[in-house]
Amino acid sequence: MPPVLEVAGLSKSYRSGGRPLEVLKQVTFTLNDGDTCAIVGPSGSGKTTLLGLAAGLDAPSTGSVRLCGEDIGPATEDERARIRNQFVGFVFQSFRLIPTLTALENVRVPADLRGDDEAARRASDLLTEVGLGERQDHYPSQLSGGEQQRVALARAFINRPRILFADEPTGNLDTETGERVADLLFELNRTAGTTLVLVTHDLELARRTGRVIRLRSGAVQEDTRGAA
Amino acid sequence: MMKWVLSMAWRDSRGSRRRMVLFVGSMVLGVAALVAINSFGANLRQAIDEQAKALLGADMSLESSAPFPDSVEVMIRDIGGDQSRRTSFSSMARFPRMDGVRLSTIRAQDGVYPWYGEVETDPPAAADDWVARGQALVDQTLVNQFELVPGDSVYVGGNGYTIAGTLLQTPRESAASGLFSPRVYVPLAGLDSTLLSFGSMADYEVYFRFTDGRDVEALADSLRPQLRPARIGVDSVIEERDNWDENLTNLYRFLSLVGFVALLLGSLGVASAVHVYISQRIETVATLRCFGATAGATLAVYAVQALGMGLVGAAGGALVGIGIQLAVPLVLADALPVDVSFALAPGAILLGAGIGVGVTVLFALLPLLAVRRISPLRAIRSQVDQDAGERADWMTWGIRALVVLGVVVFSIIQAPSVGFGLAYAAAIAVVFGALALLARLLIWMVRRLRQRTLPYVVRQGLANLQRPNNQTLLLTLALGLGTFLIGTMLVTERTLLDQVDLSGRAGSANLVFFDIQSDQVDGVREALVEAQVPVVDQVPIVTMRIESVKGRSVRSIREDSTRQGPRWPFTREYRSSYRDYLTDSETLVEGALTDSASLSDGAFPISVEQDLAADLDVSLGDTIVWNVQGMMMPTVIGSIREVDWRRVQTNFFFVFPRGVLEGAPQFVVILARSPDEAAAGRAQSAVARRYANVSAIDVSLVLTVFDAIFSRIAFVIRFMALFSVLTGFIVLFGAVVISRIQRIAETVLLKTLGASQAQVMRIMLVEYIALGVLASLTGLGLALASGWALARFVFQAPLSTGGPGLLLITVGVVSLVVLIGLVSSRGVYRRSALDVLREEG
Ligand SMILES: Nc1ncnc2c1ncn2[C@@H]1O[C@H](COP(=O)(O)OP(=O)(O)OP(=O)(O)O)[C@@H](O)[C@H]1O
Ligand SMILES: [Mg+2]
Repeated sequence: MPPVLEVAGLSKSYRSGGRPLEVLKQVTFTLNDGDTCAIVGPSGSGKTTLLGLAAGLDAPSTGSVRLCGEDIGPATEDERARIRNQFVGFVFQSFRLIPTLTALENVRVPADLRGDDEAARRASDLLTEVGLGERQDHYPSQLSGGEQQRVALARAFINRPRILFADEPTGNLDTETGERVADLLFELNRTAGTTLVLVTHDLELARRTGRVIRLRSGAVQEDTRGAA
Repeated sequence: MMKWVLSMAWRDSRGSRRRMVLFVGSMVLGVAALVAINSFGANLRQAIDEQAKALLGADMSLESSAPFPDSVEVMIRDIGGDQSRRTSFSSMARFPRMDGVRLSTIRAQDGVYPWYGEVETDPPAAADDWVARGQALVDQTLVNQFELVPGDSVYVGGNGYTIAGTLLQTPRESAASGLFSPRVYVPLAGLDSTLLSFGSMADYEVYFRFTDGRDVEALADSLRPQLRPARIGVDSVIEERDNWDENLTNLYRFLSLVGFVALLLGSLGVASAVHVYISQRIETVATLRCFGATAGATLAVYAVQALGMGLVGAAGGALVGIGIQLAVPLVLADALPVDVSFALAPGAILLGAGIGVGVTVLFALLPLLAVRRISPLRAIRSQVDQDAGERADWMTWGIRALVVLGVVVFSIIQAPSVGFGLAYAAAIAVVFGALALLARLLIWMVRRLRQRTLPYVVRQGLANLQRPNNQTLLLTLALGLGTFLIGTMLVTERTLLDQVDLSGRAGSANLVFFDIQSDQVDGVREALVEAQVPVVDQVPIVTMRIESVKGRSVRSIREDSTRQGPRWPFTREYRSSYRDYLTDSETLVEGALTDSASLSDGAFPISVEQDLAADLDVSLGDTIVWNVQGMMMPTVIGSIREVDWRRVQTNFFFVFPRGVLEGAPQFVVILARSPDEAAAGRAQSAVARRYANVSAIDVSLVLTVFDAIFSRIAFVIRFMALFSVLTGFIVLFGAVVISRIQRIAETVLLKTLGASQAQVMRIMLVEYIALGVLASLTGLGLALASGWALARFVFQAPLSTGGPGLLLITVGVVSLVVLIGLVSSRGVYRRSALDVLREEG
């Protein structure tokens, strides 16, 4: 079986004021099933950019990204959408629940998209698992930030992704709530064997991962593993 | 995937459904106008079909502008069946009790016609026996003007008749036909025969009814070629029906074109609302994309919503349209020859609703296509380079092309002819384009204004017009269009009325006496002197027809089916004059006027009016042979004149030199100028008492008549323009509601920064006043431009702005904008931001 995520010689540059601005330089790393990894670094160092590329939301300028063996560089936007739906889960700093859908419907979205008949039952189970079994029919605006992020976790796991990307998943939460969300995240990672990629400023959180990649000005400054 | 799209579309619309209904509210009136007008058209056609016989009142008719020759009388006798005669001509109707006269259309008939349909009179019984009792029926116009009461008498020529009642409705005529020249119906038996003597023009008709079941259409078809050389027209039920059908179809089609403008305006409203709606959905779309929804699937979600909106709007429009359908006959009543009863027209309803759905989806797709280009990256960072989103791809161009194609095809289908349809589509493009351009310019000027030192409240109010995702341009256009339509009507109406008004002033004639025979001239002048009305001019008139042009006989020209251009200039009867000078309404364009000529010289030079010369395709030196009441007169074109037809003056297509027509049978027109209305009345009465055959036109009366006719047309067009105006306001309402969240955020921020409630209110007021002013300036600016173009190129008159009228429109538009703005943003300024965000987020 190929590695879950293979990033090789990845660079990204934007045109800014007519000049190319290289925000990611020659990043290379590989993650296998069940790995946990934190991407850290100062603001503007390229963390979100790296996450977006690794998750197949964007196309690299040079280098390659392979998700579960599929090269997303040459893939079309629709093919990338299929790859994301099949292998990838997301958790965002600002939750990104769809305001017009109930908690249950939000969790179901990725499963519905692939036409999964089991969506409703699984979504319900997952909500119970994150402790929101009673809140299924509530809309995001009726939930607190921590609750919203737990719904988002359930949504991220519904398609049993092989890899989950989270950009500052606790950034909008107070320390205590953040810890509870993080606990859940790692628990789901353990039970489902999902690979976990976290972008975070929170060093406590980073310490709980098996590998920490530190970026500075778009380049990997440090790549430590084996902590957890 | 379809299942996901449908359920997602339904769920995603939660919380916005009421707003979405409001967006399509702007479609409702356009669809309603189409449904109403087209349904009415279907009803009308049915009515005409069912009442076809009542339109003619008979099975067949023959019509001639001269008494039927003996040979034709023999034919008429041989045709058999029941017959009825009617003779119509213009003459003065005199009302002795009021000492009033007015040029009227006299219809002298025996009491038999019509067999089908009804003559409606007030009192109703009058219709039955007025002929038998030797009485008369008169038009409502005359009753109003001379305050006639039953029992009054009317004189036609030397004969007096008791007025039996008011004529309301009769076959072959709509109520409006009596407007210009009021009708007086008198019995044919005992008509003053001097009225039909030489020089006067009359229509002679004979009507037939057949009870023997013969094929009337075949008979009419066989008679037509036989009677055509004698200039006798044959009319049958089917032909009469087809004539009405064509005219009325053109009328209601024209109205539906006006309604189409409202529909287009509404679609722009939908497009703009959808644009804002989508900009509020960007994060949702990006998140869906993250979890693997394809670009096509997310587009489909919103396209389904647009389709739903279209269906709701079309259904609402159809319902409202059916309601309005009931009102259309009231608006058009005067132009209709039949009673139109109300019936649902499924075809028209489906067509209107279908067009509504199609237009909604098409216009909604324009902004919706951008959904495909929302990057999933938007979920993890809010700012993503947008320039990729700006480029139009083939799909965008395809939708745009479909929109243009749809407008053109619809215009062509609804317009009377392809050319008219294309012109109409082009006119729509020009109007919308010009409005948008003007609006842009004004908005740009407002931006410049903001940089001036103005009170903070004003600057902030003006700045609000430029908030991100603002719909200022659309609103200016939407509100400006209605203003434009109404403004154009006003300006044009004023321009025309001023024109007619002017022509009556400035020392020119305001009374015209015509059909004066040579031996009556002195008597008429005498009567005018007595009435103290000075004569301005005296003009001899000779009637004649063209025999040949450039050596080609009129008959061969008429039968030449390959010939382009109108035929009437070759076949009509001309009334020409002779003199050795140009009047002040004439200018010589080419050649020189010949003072006098002699018949013995052979072909002599005459002068022709410029446009007619083009119609006849003649230029200097070309020959025309005239048939002057039996005598052939060869002439050559010696000069070409431009004629200003608007002056009250006797203008002629052809002017002959002196010395050739003096011997021909002729009659005279006398132009006079009365100092006041009383003198005009005295003069007309005096002349009418002396010479029954002499007719008079009072120019001031023409002005009144013209005003009446124009205000009816204006009423119909205003009725349709109203749809655009109301649509504009609905668009405004929707636009304010959709920017609610933004407005709340702005207000909360302002309040946080220390603005008082009153300041916030004033800022809002400035915004709406500025919007109203922008819209009316745009609309009225274009109205003045189009009014000028109409005045310059169509009516050839100086523009009249109608001053206070335009100001009134501006005040009206601004107040309505402010009112609707305040109503639709009610609550925004009191509720807490969090509250509203929870509800509408
Ligand atoms: N679309 C773009 N165009 C130009 N520059 C961009 C674009 N997107 C990101 N950048 C730049 O790339 C750099 C890296 O941005 P990125 O968002 O990846 O940083 P980050 O490490 O996630 O920062 P933070 O911790 O603040 O979220 C920044 O300097 C940013 O300005
Ligand atoms: Mg970041």
